[in-house]
Amino acid sequence: MTNKASSSEAVGQTKANWPLWEVFVRAKNGLSHKHAGSVHAADARMAIEAARDVYTRRMEGVSLWVVPSSAIVASDPKETADLFAPAEDKVYRHPTFYTIPEGVKNI
Amino acid sequence: MTDKNENQLFHHALRLGDDALILGQRLSEWCGHAPMLEVDLALANIGLDLIGQATHFLNLAGEIEGEGRDADALAFHRDVLDFRNCLLVEQPNGDFAQTIARQFLFSNWQELLMQEIAAAPEPRLSAIGAKAAKEIAYHAKFAGEWVVRLGDGTEESRARMIAGLDWMWRFVDELFDARDGAPSHRPEWDARIAHALAEANLELPKPRRGAMGGRAGHHSEHLGHLLAEMQFLQRAYPGATW
Repeated sequence: MTNKASSSEAVGQTKANWPLWEVFVRAKNGLSHKHAGSVHAADARMAIEAARDVYTRRMEGVSLWVVPSSAIVASDPKETADLFAPAEDKVYRHPTFYTIPEGVKNI
Repeated sequence: MTDKNENQLFHHALRLGDDALILGQRLSEWCGHAPMLEVDLALANIGLDLIGQATHFLNLAGEIEGEGRDADALAFHRDVLDFRNCLLVEQPNGDFAQTIARQFLFSNWQELLMQEIAAAPEPRLSAIGAKAAKEIAYHAKFAGEWVVRLGDGTEESRARMIAGLDWMWRFVDELFDARDGAPSHRPEWDARIAHALAEANLELPKPRRGAMGGRAGHHSEHLGHLLAEMQFLQRAYPGATW
């Protein structure tokens, strides 16, 4: 039996060898991929298969994207006011001055 | 269809159903106990696929037999001597590598078999085979990739993968029983196995005398314990439903 690493070393190795991946699922052709959750996996192929096993069990989708979580850059919650408040009172940016024809759902 | 043909079909469907049922039951033992969440779901999904196939095959067998037995009756009320699964599927799970070894050897064989069955003249059989072949293609791929990851991984994973394959290897010959026309698949199966093992940097296990008997109801000790767990509820409360 090989020497077992100390438990914190093992956890560190696990984190390094099994990074987190974010999973996006496209429900059907023409729609966009929606974030479904995350999986741990050691490589891209394993991440795709894990995502398939975990997030498309019930025919949720026809396409998967997996992205290492470390590649995702998120906006800083502290900057929410600076980034998003100015858009609140700019009515002229909204396309409200024409009617959308009936039956056009996914524009 | 002559009586003899019906009888052969009944036993064929029974063998196919029992293989899937026993392996499905084995995989269900991992549920909640796998090394990680994603693997837990993967193994449980594979188990469910197999139990689904077993339901179809055993229902077909019951239909052909014509004595009112459905899949549930066949699954839960037969004893060890009446089961026709191969010895490979009743082997214990052991560690993850042992489970992967069993799946790797079995699913590659099952995939080749199902592709043939999907083209069978008997339509009831071929319908099941066609659906099963798609599911099994994924099982074989999944298992093969893990053989490579474990075999070509750390010292420990490699040792465990070798031990797992070593355990399962003597149950391979029984898969290629002449009765099911399976020997014709052996060369392709050998090629697939050799290819994956080469990628995993593993050697082919040494040839050894194959253990036989599962197809005649002569099972290892493992099956009795497995059935005791699987059948307890139906035997204690016959006819119980959800």
